[in-house]
Amino acid sequence: MTNQPVHFYQVGSFAVGNRLLRDDQRTVQSNTDRANSIDSGHRACQGCGEALGARYALDAAMRSCDGQIVAVNATGCLEVFSTPYPETSWRIPWLHSLFGNAPAVATGVAAAMRVKGREDVRVVAQAGDGGTVDIGFGCLSGMFERNDDVLFICYDNEGYMNTGVQRSAATPPAARTATTDVVGPEPGNVFGQGKDLPRLAMAHDIPYVATATVADLHDLEHKVERAMELRGARYLHVLVPCPLGWGSASNETIHLARLAKETGLFPVFEAEHGVVTNATQIRRRVPVQDYLSLQRRYAHLFGAHPRPDVVARIQSIADANIARYGLLDDSDQEVSV
Amino acid sequence: MEIPFAITLDVGSSRSNHTGSWRVERPVYVDRLPPCNDACPAGENIQGWLYYAESGNYRRAWEKLVEENPMPAIMGRICFHPCETACNRVQVDEAVGINAVERFLGDLAIEKRWSLPIPGSDTGKRVLVVGAGPAGLSAAYHLRRLGHQVKLVDSASQLGGMMRYGIPAYRLPRSVLDAEIARIVAQGVEVELNHVVHDVERERIDGKFDAVFLAVGAQLGKRVNIPAGDSSRVIDAVTFLHQVAEDDPPLLGRRVVVYGGGDTAFDAARTARRLGATDAVIVYRRNREHMGASGDELEQALGEGVTVRWLSTVNRFEGEKMVLEKMALNAEGFPEPTGEFEELDADALVLALGQDTDLSLLNRAPGINITNGVVSVESSMMAAPSGIFAGGDAVPADRTATVAVGHGKRAAHGIDDFVMGNDRSPKVRHGLATFDRLNTWYYADAPRQRRPELERIRRQSTFDEVIGGLNEDNALFEARRCLSCGNCFECDNCFGVCPDNAVRKLGTGERYEFDYDFCKGCGICVTECPCGAIEMVPEKI
Repeated sequence: MTNQPVHFYQVGSFAVGNRLLRDDQRTVQSNTDRANSIDSGHRACQGCGEALGARYALDAAMRSCDGQIVAVNATGCLEVFSTPYPETSWRIPWLHSLFGNAPAVATGVAAAMRVKGREDVRVVAQAGDGGTVDIGFGCLSGMFERNDDVLFICYDNEGYMNTGVQRSAATPPAARTATTDVVGPEPGNVFGQGKDLPRLAMAHDIPYVATATVADLHDLEHKVERAMELRGARYLHVLVPCPLGWGSASNETIHLARLAKETGLFPVFEAEHGVVTNATQIRRRVPVQDYLSLQRRYAHLFGAHPRPDVVARIQSIADANIARYGLLDDSDQEVSV
Repeated sequence: MEIPFAITLDVGSSRSNHTGSWRVERPVYVDRLPPCNDACPAGENIQGWLYYAESGNYRRAWEKLVEENPMPAIMGRICFHPCETACNRVQVDEAVGINAVERFLGDLAIEKRWSLPIPGSDTGKRVLVVGAGPAGLSAAYHLRRLGHQVKLVDSASQLGGMMRYGIPAYRLPRSVLDAEIARIVAQGVEVELNHVVHDVERERIDGKFDAVFLAVGAQLGKRVNIPAGDSSRVIDAVTFLHQVAEDDPPLLGRRVVVYGGGDTAFDAARTARRLGATDAVIVYRRNREHMGASGDELEQALGEGVTVRWLSTVNRFEGEKMVLEKMALNAEGFPEPTGEFEELDADALVLALGQDTDLSLLNRAPGINITNGVVSVESSMMAAPSGIFAGGDAVPADRTATVAVGHGKRAAHGIDDFVMGNDRSPKVRHGLATFDRLNTWYYADAPRQRRPELERIRRQSTFDEVIGGLNEDNALFEARRCLSCGNCFECDNCFGVCPDNAVRKLGTGERYEFDYDFCKGCGICVTECPCGAIEMVPEKI
């Protein structure tokens, strides 16, 4: 993740802050002067991962460009819960147009800033997984292809949560949604390729692609800062658990994001110009059922009529990720799964 | 404000939407009792002093430590550290080396000549402390802090009690003992040595003392009736160790048998080995699982060539032959004789079968209740309404120096209440910070630091200290392994993980507070608090 030598400071760099670390080694979030880009009073559910991820990412972006930011937002939870007319939670310049056109609007803002000679103003576009992998994908691919100077951040909660938990192309196999009901021999969402957007973004050979979760703040902030150092099209994909859509306890949001990474189901890595440069190692590997069983959207895999066969297929996805990105250093870290 | 076309309302902030009204449970910051503090017989605030040690502020850490215990360099060597047994980090990797850090701080304080806190302003009350062991010294220190005049008397020629006359120098170097005792005496304690108290009530009245603290210890080695041809070859361990401490060791011969399974038995055997015994054999009637001595002491003794005969008793000692009887444990774990005998060549027998306390000085004190050879006391350590308090080995409790230090402190507070007419309300103890309340993900992986041990050959012939100390690097590292169970250490997690920005950070040392106008009660801060210092409580509806 980072190339700094490992020091031991009680909680190292796992916690948000640490009184034993120098200020410049602490996170943006530990600082009382953080931008709080999205303010209190927003109407996100209790324990919303997306509200958290958006503040983490934008506060880090704000710090790295001295607060000179314009954010463009697609339609989605993040737009709806933050800005019910006439209130807004945003403390940064913020634009919303349509569900599918956020990348194109961001391209336009970047072009306008260039024309005005304000290249110090950086443009961030953000959307949920629906606005990214489905509805906005055409515009996003075009933005990548033109290498427009925009950082696009996808907050992936694996479905259309705001409209009542419908399936998106980022919904994982076997998950129950309103449109992938628990019926038939293969209940929940189908097993298939879905859309692995970080890899699709890498296929565009853009300068920077990275994934992160709300469970590892140092890593997330590092990736935002790295992205802000670069110009051109950059893509950051942040896993943000959704208590409503996943059927999880509101206090488990960060815990679930951590388990998603520690199982291997959500590989955390970064890539430059289409090549993976760094993959965050799994620290304490756990089998996928530890992650799945905390979520009601997978409840049909457990309980009175368990489906170990389906769990095993999900485990094989995790195993494939571990192999593909090299998420485990040592073979002796293997656990029985 | 000019409102644009088709806009009818001004832009407002979401801060007018008080999402705190959604909440059915609220997070609250709590302090819970760390298991180390809970287990410490001396009542140290271990988590509290480690907190300062973690930032390298050793002076502040030491000051916090000596608020409860004025002898950290001694305790850092001889304490059996129940804190480490209780430490939650055991369930992550290994316990924090609290004892080692305590010794590091104690040694540093001696080296830097740090002084104890200034005694309290004079109350005009006079207290007699009988016995200058760990309980008496601890009581003298705490009484001085409370502003009382203290006269400390002891029958021996030097201060320290069993710390000097019971614990061998290879475990507790005399320079360390002397330094920490001198520091307590320098608090303004009047000392009288070689003074045997025969009648405590008489001395209390004659000396016009307002209260007396009895810490006479347990100096009488228990004897059992073992047929022995030559009784001069049988000695009790207390006498043996006392004579060694006075540099007048008895001649025991080359083959020494020690009878007993407690720490004293091991001290005697290891001492005999250092005095030249080729065979130092411990005979114990039960097995390893039931022995009273600590596992560390057993390992060190075995490393020095001491051998142990488990499940054996001494039947008789004739000439140079000792006859042992083999024992077997019954279903309840008690040893029973088997009728099988074996012989052992031996020159001397050291009895380490426990100690009794000499309480004849209480014969004329009214209101004293002596049961099973020890003085009954209240929770304030009061033994008689005339102002006699007691502690240490003379009262019913585990007989360790650390327990005695705790008794000394408790008695000092009890005496303070008694002579000043206060009524110290009992301290409210926080609920225990159990392991299940922690989120150990956040703690960095950190292996325990080891203290160096003296090489074995020197341990078989000299009284040099066996266990070395940590240096600053590994002491700091070890301190930072503390999980700070149940007590906020300002990691900023709650401040960072709140999706609603409903946690206010108040600055270094001031911790945080919740903004209940906006807190939705999701509980992420509780789950992600590493040390379990936040709890959810139901809202009143």
